[in-house]
Amino acid sequence: MEIDRQPLPAGEGDRRLLIERARARDLLRGGVEDEAAFERYVEERVMTTTMERAFAWSRSNSFFPLTFGLACCGIEQMHVVASRMDIARFGFEAFRASPRQADLIILSGRVSIKMAPIIRRLYDQMLEPKWAISMGACCSSMGVFNNYAIVPADKFMPIDVHVPGCPPRPEALMHGILRLRSMVQGDPPPGWRERYGARGTEELLGDAQGEAQDHPSAADIGLPTGGPGDTAGA
Amino acid sequence: MPDATGLELIARELRETDPDSVLDTIFFRGRATVLINPSAVRSILARLRARGYGFLTSVHGVDYYPEEPRLGVHYELLDMDRADRITVKLRVHTEDARLESVTPDWPSADFQEREVYDMFGVEFSGHPDLRRILMPEDYEGFPQRRDFPVGGEPVLFTYNEALGTAYPE
Repeated sequence: MEIDRQPLPAGEGDRRLLIERARARDLLRGGVEDEAAFERYVEERVMTTTMERAFAWSRSNSFFPLTFGLACCGIEQMHVVASRMDIARFGFEAFRASPRQADLIILSGRVSIKMAPIIRRLYDQMLEPKWAISMGACCSSMGVFNNYAIVPADKFMPIDVHVPGCPPRPEALMHGILRLRSMVQGDPPPGWRERYGARGTEELLGDAQGEAQDHPSAADIGLPTGGPGDTAGA
Repeated sequence: MPDATGLELIARELRETDPDSVLDTIFFRGRATVLINPSAVRSILARLRARGYGFLTSVHGVDYYPEEPRLGVHYELLDMDRADRITVKLRVHTEDARLESVTPDWPSADFQEREVYDMFGVEFSGHPDLRRILMPEDYEGFPQRRDFPVGGEPVLFTYNEALGTAYPE
């Protein structure tokens, strides 16, 4: 591409320089002139926070999970990374092959008593700060393999989030990871029971709490009660 | 498979050298089985190998509780030229679960005899490396025996929170 360079007429260069300078100041200060307005301008646009919160924010948005699968849940864990669920949307896609580089271990499957010391060693090799998710029924609540060979994960290492299911769907694992993100960020609980009027739906059998709970009906909590085929509002 | 008559012929041939070696023959749903005396296991398998059953496909243990003798060990033999199979079974008591190892003759029995030892506690004398294969080496008991507790961990749910984690009997 050819560029023609021609000298400007006398006086024209100074005028253009003034225009450029005015534009730059406009970009920086947004057109504010006096110092008081400029202070207010900075206060409105600059966010202050603590170092801990900034660290938590950056850590919680880029977990590096350990490439580690134990059993059938490992298949679901793979789907979280694949294109349909795509955990890369949240920044957790960098599965590291070494525990030295990982800060999240997902126990995806049943843990045998012979495997438990190995997992504990992997967890000890991970650098602080580190988190652990127990995925599936087997390593959370023993599930179908509750026998002489299996041990629950809470017996030998601290677990931050339990994801129930046998196996959990990839969405469930993703929800677990996002709950862990909220935990790391120190967010308050989302309070979904209050929002959906779901008080009284906790998993409680009558005698454990002394008395049976009254379960709300669909009408009480404002859910649509139309019969099948009622698609109004769908 | 040898048919029922063929099985009897095999049994008669095995009894010719040692009359006590074969205790019984079972022909059930097309499967031929020889029930043998535990002390004769090596010689019987060697004789069957000479008949063409040259491949020991599987060695596995059974617990016949509450029958006595309780523990069974099964050997599945295959004749690959004739596509012919025969099963050799024997029984041992839990108090004296000792048996001669066939690993020197049949290398494929190595890991499987270790598994039978691991799960049922049958000791194979003459095995080159008899130790546990699946369970940890310091594990106590033989978990696949029928009188071994299923085990597992009591899990604390909300419904048994007041009861604690004592395992329900």
